[in-house]
Amino acid sequence: MTKPPQPLFLLAAAVGGALGALARWGVDTTWPAGTGFPWGTLTINVTGSFLLALLPAFAVVRRHAVLPVLLGTGLLGGWTTLSTYANQSRALLAHGSSDLAFSYMAATLIACVLAVRLAHVWSSPASQAEFEAEEGNE
Amino acid sequence: MDAVLVVAGAAVGAPLRYTAGHYLDGRFPLGTLLVNVVGAFLLGLFAGLTLDGHLMALLGTGFCGALTTYSALTVKSVELGRVTGTAYALGTVLLALGAAQAGFVLA
Repeated sequence: MTKPPQPLFLLAAAVGGALGALARWGVDTTWPAGTGFPWGTLTINVTGSFLLALLPAFAVVRRHAVLPVLLGTGLLGGWTTLSTYANQSRALLAHGSSDLAFSYMAATLIACVLAVRLAHVWSSPASQAEFEAEEGNE
Repeated sequence: MDAVLVVAGAAVGAPLRYTAGHYLDGRFPLGTLLVNVVGAFLLGLFAGLTLDGHLMALLGTGFCGALTTYSALTVKSVELGRVTGTAYALGTVLLALGAAQAGFVLA
């Protein structure tokens, strides 16, 4: 039986998530997606994936149990978004731009995976596993 | 005003995602898959309902945006290894797209 999440960790996820979402909203309003290729959301998701995979490289993040949740699950989880990505793809398909939709979907996924692989160069698999166990990747 | 609504929505969505991961992410990250698909469905529904700017900031950009995550999806996919990870990433993306469409049509 899993223990219930601790209030401090829920608060950390909320605070981090709110800040990440606010920054994402700032990008959305500064560079509105329009009907073309959603460069803003692509940039958000690639930078967020890179930074999340980079966090285990910092010993200070692994030393304080609340930091993986605040910075990883909270801040970068709130910064990146799958719901917008899925709905932008849906809208592109609905407007008959299926080439654009599929290239957007594939480009995001491939760029994010490459960004994670690159960032993992700076940390050991053990640090990455520890960060995962501390629920930084939720 | 919209900034406050985004913060309020995200302050609920992100801890919900954390809680789903806490209970359901084991060797297979079922919790992250679940919040991603549910969030995509809800955003499709809200888009179909053509919510106004303030409601969309609260429920769309804030709540759905923070309930879902692309960064954890890709990190978990890489950590799952080539075969399972690829299946997890593609499965999540296709299910989320289908859910977004379902929500939009249902509205």
